[in-house]
Amino acid sequence: MTTPAAIEIAGLTKSYGDHAVLEGVDLVVRAGTIHALLGSNGAGKTTVVRILSTLLRPDGGRAAVAGHDVVTAAAAVRESISLTGQFAAVDAILTGRENLVLIAQLRRVDDAGGVADALLARFDLTDVAGQRVATYSGGLRRRLDIAMSLIGDPPVLFLDEPTTGLDPQSRLEVWRTVRELAGHGTTVLLTTQYLDEAEQLADRIAVLHDGRIIADGTLAELKALLPPTTVEYVEKQPSLEEIFLAIVGHDGASPMETR
Amino acid sequence: MTTHVLHDTDVLLRRSLRHIVRSPDTIITTAVTPIAMLLLFVYVFGSSIDVGTDSYVNYLLPGILLITVASGVAYTAFRVFTDVSGGVFERLQSMPIARPAFLWGHVLTSLVANLTSLVLVVLVALAMGFRTGAGLLAWFEVLGIMLLFTLALTWLAVIPGLTATSVDGVSGFSYPLIFLPFISSAFVPTDGMPGPVRWFAEHQPVTPIVNTIRHLFAGQPVGSEGMLALAWCVGLLLVAYALAMRTYRRKIT
Repeated sequence: MTTPAAIEIAGLTKSYGDHAVLEGVDLVVRAGTIHALLGSNGAGKTTVVRILSTLLRPDGGRAAVAGHDVVTAAAAVRESISLTGQFAAVDAILTGRENLVLIAQLRRVDDAGGVADALLARFDLTDVAGQRVATYSGGLRRRLDIAMSLIGDPPVLFLDEPTTGLDPQSRLEVWRTVRELAGHGTTVLLTTQYLDEAEQLADRIAVLHDGRIIADGTLAELKALLPPTTVEYVEKQPSLEEIFLAIVGHDGASPMETR
Repeated sequence: MTTHVLHDTDVLLRRSLRHIVRSPDTIITTAVTPIAMLLLFVYVFGSSIDVGTDSYVNYLLPGILLITVASGVAYTAFRVFTDVSGGVFERLQSMPIARPAFLWGHVLTSLVANLTSLVLVVLVALAMGFRTGAGLLAWFEVLGIMLLFTLALTWLAVIPGLTATSVDGVSGFSYPLIFLPFISSAFVPTDGMPGPVRWFAEHQPVTPIVNTIRHLFAGQPVGSEGMLALAWCVGLLLVAYALAMRTYRRKIT
């Protein structure tokens, strides 16, 4: 309870016409943690993220990011956040480096070029830095997208389904990046529909269902909600994903996936 | 805050100018249709059209300039739409940048792109025998009217760019704009048109604007029609700007 809250949501509601998407969402995300928002398609995860990133006004309730109200202090919220939306929001006509420089200039960081080069190196994008993003694979785009979100070191990062549509290797790369971020003290709110993703990455997991948070806790706490485990012996079969990764190699040592 | 607007607009302007440099076909395509019309009307239909002057290309050019802008602003709508549908818009809106900068970046880009297309069209017209007795001042007046007209149509184009749900919807708005000069004094004098058509032609904005530019090119005084043209341009600009900003504010809140 000592860490301050990076995100505080209380009684948040939002409807589209007659269709109520959020019916009173309560959630607290502690600073420096990765909090997963888990829910099926259409559960309202993206709506929550859009409200928190000041793109959408809530109908009721309140939400604060880094201590600033998302409605009354939207400008201050924007100073504290970065959004990586569901679809890689990159400029396909510009090169990877130009995309990074663009965001760095808009965030008024000193030495935009230097910041861009450092991020290119950190995300293994140096080799494709001069190519137009239109030629990038989905995984490369996503990596660039996340790199763009880190410019200016915003303390709170929203990742909206960051691995949807990615191949297994790219997915693992994104996971590695997210873990690294949390190591640097960034607060991450991650929405996902993949259970294993939440399990792998998140310090805490909140389940959004029918417009409300129906469960919120660490993985251990969520497991405790179920009846005690019984021990059974089952022959371990490799999953297709494990086979796939074993065949093609998944240590990330060869990130060149240029096409 | 003002410096933020200027800085952010400047960054976003340079971004979308880079788009144009990377795909110069947008400027060429914009210029090709009006140039084709110019060739068609001067060399094919021109011999049968009597406009009371000896040079049909001189008569025709002002209307062709307006058509150039009308087809050029479709690309502005398209560029805005691409940003909105591709997520770049949301990324920018979630960042601490000046709110108006996104639109101004696109609007100023439109001015640069359309002026380039206009220069191309005028060059072709010169090669086809277009001659003008306009002095420097008259040229500046033509430039001023074209800038106002381009700004007005650009702000109009911003609206479908922000609201369209498909690419087809984006480009659709420009067809009436391109068609409007045909029912005006742009191609033939309005005198010979039947009553209601003539009434429409003489009371829509294209006619006074075209006539004013024609007078300026001919080195003649523009008279009250010049004021009318200016009033149309400024009026259209204000209405289009207000509508576009209202659409934008609804979109971002």
